[in-house]
Amino acid sequence: MSIEVRGLNKSFGDFVALSDVNVSLPTGQLTALLGPSGGGKSTLLRIIAGLDTADSGSVTIEGVEATHLPPQKRNVGFVFQHYAVFKHMTVAKNVAFGLEIRKRPKAEIAEKVDELLRLVHLSQFAHRLPAQLSGGQRQRMALARALAVEPSVLLLDEPFGALDAKVRKELRDWLRRLHDEVHVTTVFVTHDQEEALEVADEIVVINEGRVEQVGAPDTLYDEPANDFVMGFLGEITRLGDVLLRPHDIAVSTAAVPDALAGRVTRVLRVGFEVRVSVETPQGETLVVMTRTHARSLGLDVDAAVWLRPEPGATTVPAAGSSLVR
Amino acid sequence: MASRPTTPSRPTTWLLRVIAIGYVFLLVAWPVGLLVQRTFSNGLGNLTDALGDPQVVSSLQLTGVIAVSATLINLVFGVTVSMLLVRYEFPGKRALSALIDLPLSVSPVVVGLALVLAYNTRDGVLGPVVQGVGLQIIFSTPGMVMATCFVALPLVVREVVPVLTEIGDDQEQAARSLGANGPQTFWRITLPSIKWAVAYGVVLSLARAVGEFGAVKVVSSNVANRSQTATLLVEAKYQNFQQDTAYATAFLLILVGIAALVVVALLRPSNEK
Repeated sequence: MSIEVRGLNKSFGDFVALSDVNVSLPTGQLTALLGPSGGGKSTLLRIIAGLDTADSGSVTIEGVEATHLPPQKRNVGFVFQHYAVFKHMTVAKNVAFGLEIRKRPKAEIAEKVDELLRLVHLSQFAHRLPAQLSGGQRQRMALARALAVEPSVLLLDEPFGALDAKVRKELRDWLRRLHDEVHVTTVFVTHDQEEALEVADEIVVINEGRVEQVGAPDTLYDEPANDFVMGFLGEITRLGDVLLRPHDIAVSTAAVPDALAGRVTRVLRVGFEVRVSVETPQGETLVVMTRTHARSLGLDVDAAVWLRPEPGATTVPAAGSSLVR
Repeated sequence: MASRPTTPSRPTTWLLRVIAIGYVFLLVAWPVGLLVQRTFSNGLGNLTDALGDPQVVSSLQLTGVIAVSATLINLVFGVTVSMLLVRYEFPGKRALSALIDLPLSVSPVVVGLALVLAYNTRDGVLGPVVQGVGLQIIFSTPGMVMATCFVALPLVVREVVPVLTEIGDDQEQAARSLGANGPQTFWRITLPSIKWAVAYGVVLSLARAVGEFGAVKVVSSNVANRSQTATLLVEAKYQNFQQDTAYATAFLLILVGIAALVVVALLRPSNEK
């Protein structure tokens, strides 16, 4: 295990940011800390980096007890949401910073900076100032800067949060490919479940200062530990007394055994998918299907339909859940 | 700003311009102009006479020593206090911040009196103690430096604090995570980010220190060639009916002020970038 977090507690005044958090993050993997804003995931990352201190509990990095080590002695790379570039230094100087602090020979620094700038596709910008770069380029520079010191773990705090949707998607793919190349243990914080599902080897779902579930993306998606995890990883709806994904509902226009009868109240087309609201005796259910499927069923407002879960669909009992829409 | 209304009410605009220009002219330009005119009333004579007077030279030197020492002390102290006020939380922070602004609102004469009360050698609280180690503060250069430091106290702090607040501590945290310790972070990251604000504050402090009169007058023994600064000399010469020397020295002080304004004007654009 690369990072071991044991019994971590942290409060800001009355607000409990982390409560008895225990996590083990495996070496060489790309792990996502996923959760809603204010859930404590950034605080956890900052405590691992030493930028915040925990009230109690311990952090071990690569077998070294790091709880009371200052950030500069932990050998972690940290990438900030708002880049935190050194504005008065060129791109090359930014990347070289950690190596210059470590007093490496000049030739070695130049070579390493060159190599890293090639890795993040910024070679031609080496002598520019960060102000002349776009947001995505700045973040790639910040990543190269963090990698320069060959950290034992790389920590990224909502690294793509300040970028627009298209650049975010590109950088996400690029981060995945970069990780496959350099294999440094990487932990990144995100509130975007799509980002986590797409990029991470393992996801830690954090909510209200507690770890809800740890697992591979597929495990979390297919076997959520509770209704929160299920709801956070994707859209859910209620059918009778279970919760399930809206695309896991089979719709027929003729009565079928064990199906719940309902009446279509709204049909909304969003791109390739069609979102159908169905009024059943036990409340409203949302069904999502492809445009083609909807057309073949001939669904329209006021049509009578029968709903049941698709065979093998992931379901969670709805009792006591607050997440149903 | 593409379509600023140019002539909506021409008479009003003209009236405002005349008032503003007239006000500044009568208050600043004309009197200062007269002083310059008097300085050069017989060519460079007044100026060379003044610069040949050992009393004038000694006072200019003393002003230089006091202004530079006070500014250096103010620079170190000002940057330290700014870091403390912006980056750390501690009890009494608001009180400290308010105290730093005090010299802006208190008359320099009061500052001088307070220093005399605290440090005089007869019944001052600390004066006899300091004298015990062979240092005289009041009626001597250290006292004048202290008085000057006091009046210039807020100038560096008030320039640096807003800039420190604006840049935030992201860059400093990044430097720490990359292995830099406290001093390395300060010298390599923080100081380069605030250098223009610091330079601006230093220039303002220097100009203020050169021109200080009230506080220095109270703590100085005002002895010619020993403890008379340029501003004190201007007053003494004027009262001794040596007006020409007074005008010439005053002109030199104006030059320092104009130089400071030029430096500030040059620094401003890079400061606002």
